[in-house]
Amino acid sequence: MSDLSNLYSEKVLDHFQNPRNLGEIKNPDGVGTVGNRVCGDIMRLFIKVEEKNGEEIIKDVKFQTLGCGAAIATSSIATELIKGKPLSQALALTNKAIAEALGGLPKAKMHCSVLAADAVKKAIEDFRRKK
Amino acid sequence: MDKVYLDYAATTPVRPEVVEAMRPYWGEKFGNASSLHSFGKEARIAVEEAREKIASILNAETEEIVFTGSITESDNLAILGLTGRFPEKVGQLITSEIEHHAVLDTFITLEKRGYRVSYLPVNQEGQVNLKALEEALRTKTLLVSVMSANNEVGTIEPVEEIGEIINAFNKGKKDWRVYFHTDAAAFFEYLPLDVKRLKVDLLSLGPHKFGGPKGVGVLYVKKDVSLSPLYFGGHQEFGLCPGTEAVPLIVGAAKAFELASKEKEENKNRVTVLRDRLIKGVLEKIPGVFLTGDAERRLPGLASFSFRDVEGEAVLLRLDKEGIAASSGSACTSGELKPSHVLLAMGIPPEEAHGSVRFSLGRETTKEDIDYVLEKLPRVIEDIRKMTPKL
Repeated sequence: MSDLSNLYSEKVLDHFQNPRNLGEIKNPDGVGTVGNRVCGDIMRLFIKVEEKNGEEIIKDVKFQTLGCGAAIATSSIATELIKGKPLSQALALTNKAIAEALGGLPKAKMHCSVLAADAVKKAIEDFRRKK
Repeated sequence: MDKVYLDYAATTPVRPEVVEAMRPYWGEKFGNASSLHSFGKEARIAVEEAREKIASILNAETEEIVFTGSITESDNLAILGLTGRFPEKVGQLITSEIEHHAVLDTFITLEKRGYRVSYLPVNQEGQVNLKALEEALRTKTLLVSVMSANNEVGTIEPVEEIGEIINAFNKGKKDWRVYFHTDAAAFFEYLPLDVKRLKVDLLSLGPHKFGGPKGVGVLYVKKDVSLSPLYFGGHQEFGLCPGTEAVPLIVGAAKAFELASKEKEENKNRVTVLRDRLIKGVLEKIPGVFLTGDAERRLPGLASFSFRDVEGEAVLLRLDKEGIAASSGSACTSGELKPSHVLLAMGIPPEEAHGSVRFSLGRETTKEDIDYVLEKLPRVIEDIRKMTPKL
């Protein structure tokens, strides 16, 4: 069975084939870019933040990713996991949680979930810096 | 949906004639070729007839053909078997930067064990630099291993010239000589292969690349070359590959060699036309793409490209959804962080190597298959590029 874990789960494939929140936000409140072309993966996350009942909430989020199936799928699910959530909660998003939400990732692809979690953190940091 | 398989360089379907040839050897003719009785004799005859057939196709002597378990095993046996003959780590080894991992990783292992290994560079088209070979040859060079054709980009290597260079270098030397090995896995199906003309000492190949079964490889070992075995426990295959012979697979291998050899010219011509149709179509219909490998000296069935602003694995997954099977040298398809060592050696920058896609055509590829790819691929690339950050 162990070799089967190198295959993508249905959920990974679904998020790759039908990415959620794909695109760009005009005048975003924060942008997080991680990875580089030499390594083959670049993720860019755009967020729009609003204040609600004294809490900062991610009102909208979009992503653009150059990368493999897992890179695109982890970006896509990360946007779903943080959309509508308070910043504090989004910041606490771990790469493990991203991988689990996708029904697991092949071992060699775990670094994609790290990139996605980093992109979320960077976008929030960017928002805070601009503020 | 009909599927379009364009990954023949990975493996090919076993031809019905080959299945038919193997059939009796699973059940009714199941004997161990080493047994004395009639069951064994039947199996022995089948194995030796297969050996004879393959030898004659390669213009080798019967006893120069060794059956192994895979092409990788053939490569390992050639390289480790030859170096193993020498008790100390004597002799420098030469290979190229674009070898299949079966060869490359074996040399890297030997290097870790203390051997000196030179890796010959290639030009932008993936041709091994012959001048670098001439300069690398030393008095105590033991082995040169250069593939006959590259499996990723399809470039045909100047193996005949390499054989000449080594031959000239060896001339007049009595107590030492340089041996020449070539991995011809990607080469045999469409191109003439004659071990004598190539002046090789060792040559690896295997039938699953041209309609034969997986699980069997072939190693040509020139008569006067002696190898040490990699493992022990039997006299089979001249003691080089001990273990009960895989009789059905060996019989199937011979059948695949026979068919491929008979149809070589015809298949080559047919597949070349389709390959060129694909190359022309892709370059015309899709912006930001270039052909990788040599445009002229390339395998008849192989078309490999690098697409800008996409990652190869993403392209493969999208193509798979459209029923098209291809492969890529991107980092993400190999489980490594670096893209294909072949593309990097050719001087293609990593960011472009990540966007590599290889289509390999074969016996059952049709014009309709190619046109289907040309219909779907532009959209696939466009869709993936839409996801790419505009930085």
